[in-house]
Parts: sequence; C-alpha cells; structure tokens
Amino acid sequence: MTETLTAPAPETHPRYAIEIDGVGKTYGSGDGAVTALDLVNLDVRKGEFISLLGPSGCGKTTLLRMIAGLEDPTQGSIWLPGRGLDGLGFVFQRDALVNWRTIIENVLLPLEFKGRRTKAAYQRARDLLATFGLAEFEDRNPWELSGGMRQRAAICRAMIDDPQLLLMDEPFGALDALTRDDLNFELQALWPDPEKTAVFVTHSINEAVYLSDRVVVISDKPGRIVDITEIPFERPRPLEIREEPEFGRIARHLRGVLDGHSARRA
Amino acid sequence: MKKNPLAYIPMQVWTIVGIFAVWQACVMVLDIKPIILPPVPKVLGELFGNFGLYLRHGGHTLGNTLIAFAISVVAGVGMAIGIVYSKFLEKTLYTLLVTVNNVPKVALAPLFVIWLGTGNASKIAMGVLISIFAIVIDTVLGLRSLHPDLIDLGRAMRGSEFKVLMKLRLPNAMPSILAGMKVAISLALVGAIVGEFVAAQNGLGFVILSSQGAFRTDRVYASIIVLAAIGTALYYMMEYAEAKLIPWHESRRSHARPTAPSKPAKGPVAQPVASDAKA
Repeated sequence: MTETLTAPAPETHPRYAIEIDGVGKTYGSGDGAVTALDLVNLDVRKGEFISLLGPSGCGKTTLLRMIAGLEDPTQGSIWLPGRGLDGLGFVFQRDALVNWRTIIENVLLPLEFKGRRTKAAYQRARDLLATFGLAEFEDRNPWELSGGMRQRAAICRAMIDDPQLLLMDEPFGALDALTRDDLNFELQALWPDPEKTAVFVTHSINEAVYLSDRVVVISDKPGRIVDITEIPFERPRPLEIREEPEFGRIARHLRGVLDGHSARRA
Repeated sequence: MKKNPLAYIPMQVWTIVGIFAVWQACVMVLDIKPIILPPVPKVLGELFGNFGLYLRHGGHTLGNTLIAFAISVVAGVGMAIGIVYSKFLEKTLYTLLVTVNNVPKVALAPLFVIWLGTGNASKIAMGVLISIFAIVIDTVLGLRSLHPDLIDLGRAMRGSEFKVLMKLRLPNAMPSILAGMKVAISLALVGAIVGEFVAAQNGLGFVILSSQGAFRTDRVYASIIVLAAIGTALYYMMEYAEAKLIPWHESRRSHARPTAPSKPAKGPVAQPVASDAKA
C-alpha cells in the first residue's frame, strides 16, 4: 500500500486519474511461483469509464485490488494523482452490506470511518438513495431487499464520499439479466462526469461495451493487456444501442480478441 | 359457548404442573421415604412458608452470580480483543487460559477461600473463573470471522484499526459473544454455588449444605426449586438481550416478514456474512 502512495511522480498529469506503470503481480516464489499479471501499462484519463474484460482468473480483479491499495504489486508502480487512495469508492461482487445497519446507515459507514458524518452527509445519503430508487427503503434492513436493491445501496455507499475513482469488481455478476440491465442503465447515467473516473471489472462483453469509454482486454496465464478498444457511443446511452450494428461489430471484435488469447484454445 | 378458562394457561405452566404431579405420584405409589423424596406439599409448604429466607439467600446467590457474570463479560471480551490483535497475547494469555480451563476448576475453590476469605469475593472469583472461558473463546472466534469482503471494505474506507474493531469486528462478533454469554451466565451460577458449598454463611449453596446436615431434605428441594427458577430467569434474560441486540441475525429472523421489494428481482440475495457465528 505504501508503495502506491509514495510512487515517484516526476511530473503529475492532471488529465490522468490512474497511472499504471510496468505493474506485475507474482504469487509465491521459485518453481511454484504463479504470475497473475505481467507488465501492465495503462493510463486512465480523468472522467473516463474503463472496463477490464477477461476470462475468469486472468488477474483483472488483482489489478483492480492493486489500484485500490488492497494488494501490493510485486513489480512496477501505480500512481493515483489527486486525493490518492482517500478518493476512492469500492463496489464488491457481493454487496458487502452489513446486516446490523439499515440501508442508510450502511451508506453512511465510509463517512463514519473518516470521522466526517454530519447532518448534511445524512441528507446527501438520502438524495443518493433516491437517485437509485431506494428512497422508501432507506430505513429497511439489508436482508429485506432484493439482490439488485442491495447492490444499488452498495453503489451509494461507494459514492457517499464523492470519490474521484469508483472501482467495481464484477458488481452485477450475481444478478439476473433484467436487474443487470436496469443497473447498467442507472450506472451509465452517472457519466459523463469530468470529476469521476470508473474502473469496472467484468467478464461480460456486452456490459463492458455498453458502459465504457474504453475496454481493456486482459489475457490469462499470464495476465497481460492484449487489446484496448475505444467505444465511440455518445452519452447518455439507451439500452437499445446494444441492438445497433456498430455495437455488434465492437462486441464481435472483442469476442475474437478473447478467443484468440484464451487458454482453452491452445 | 364459553371457552374453558384452563385453556388460557400456557403449555409451559402445564409442563411444570406435570412434573410435580409425577413427583407426587411416585411418592404415593412407591411409598418413598420423605428423607429421600419429600411429598410435593411439604416442599412447597416449606418454600412458601419460609419464603423470606429463600428470597434472602436466593438474592445473595443471584447477586454474586450477576457480579461474576459482569466481570466475565468485560474482562473476557477485553482479553479476546487483546488475543485477536496481539500475537504475543495469543501465545501467552490464550495458552494460559486453555491450560487453566483444563484444570477441573471446582478443585480450585478451596484455594480461593484461603486467598480471598469466606465472604463474597471467593464466590465471585469462582463464578468468574468458571464462566470467563466461554466468553473468551466465543469472542475470539467471532472477532476472527469477519468476512474477507468486510476486511477489504474496512481497508478501502481507510479507517483506523480502532474503527474497524468498533464498526465492523465487534458488531460482527455480537452473535458469538452472546452465545458465549448464554453459556457463561449459567456457569457463573454454578461457580457461585460451588463457592458457597466450600465455605459460606449465606446463599442457596449454604442452605442446601446445612439442610443436608440437618436431614431437612424438604429444604434442599425447596432450594433447588429456587435455583431452577433463578437459572431459568437468567437464561430468558439472555434470550431477551439477544432479541434486542442482534435482531438482524439469521437465527432471530425466522419470523421476519419477507417484505416485498417493488420488483421481483430473482438474484441470489444470500450473503453469509455473519452466519458462521453461533458456534
């Protein structure tokens, strides 16, 4: 974690939100060593929504966790200009709401951790929950809500401190298709926002194309960036853009990249 | 048609009445000597005839039990936090506790009398010694079983370890701590009685022992009935505390209304964050 904070920044690029420089991650050592990620270079622009797409176990979650400071890279460095690790919100695959707090109390938890829970913060939490259609559920317990609503609340919790960086680890992977569409739509509606940058881990090609400004494809064994595709669609994006020929063309291109680098193909 | 008034009496009361009935039937049919098993009217007559005496001694035992229990909870949870956060304490204190726990603690009761005298202190010490281990073990387990996602959440929120303890680890451990407390409260009562057996001028343990010496079996039974009542009351006190403190826990949710979300989302809602608690 310290390495992420103290990484040298000869000159800061305010137009970047994340600078990933030659990052690698190896678990274990000697003959048993497993390289999860190898020599990843990536600069994420401020205000950009970026997806990390790849097969299961390709190290995309590892990369996300290293950006969040939850794991340290074994090589290279990650630099977060601006507020650094203090300016990030994290959304987990399983919502990680705590059962002993109501929905709004869950949303306020990060502010309590930072000792900045105020009256105004409470109002902000209410507004945020209302944005995600949870206005009537703020005093409910997490277990009374459906999976989709819980994940909405988890997104509100990640956003309560107005993060510069929203990191999401397959947040909709456990939801049914219809709920997933709803959440995709609500999430894309938060952009464009020049102050907010998102890194979204997924193994769904459609989700990645629909949400992102750029899709980064990572191969497995070892994890390497094998393709970066710009997604040209204007925002806001209706769900129907997924029917457009251009969308299909990009999705097929990504499918091809994934297949070409899949270990199963070999 | 009028409902039979007897139907309003709860099943639990009938169970107790039934026990007394079987007891009385045994005495009458098998012609058991009163010194072995006195008839029910004699025991109840002694209990209610001398109610002040049982109230005083029962209150004494209950007081020592509650003090011992309170000390066990505070010290036990404190030690558990120390053990979870310090490798050193885990290797020293935890090892010591395990060792002490494997000594039959009742055997130490005479020592406490030598050290602390025949007053309340030795009874409270006995109660603490017997009950604290359940709390330490369950609290350590509860504090350690924080879901990995919640550990990551704590780190991503960039709070101090103290915040993680207060806002994540301790609430998450509450079901375990309460499970330990449920066991500990009955053990604290055992400790108080054992202390009174060894040397005392007060308390139900003293009444039982002195009545036995005087061949007053009815008094022994009356004391046991009072003890059973105290033990049961303490247990339900803990049940009540559980209902108030962890209404969110799965074990408390069986009657929770399944409030309908606005949309029939079918995604798996399961999130077994604290399900491992009830050890």
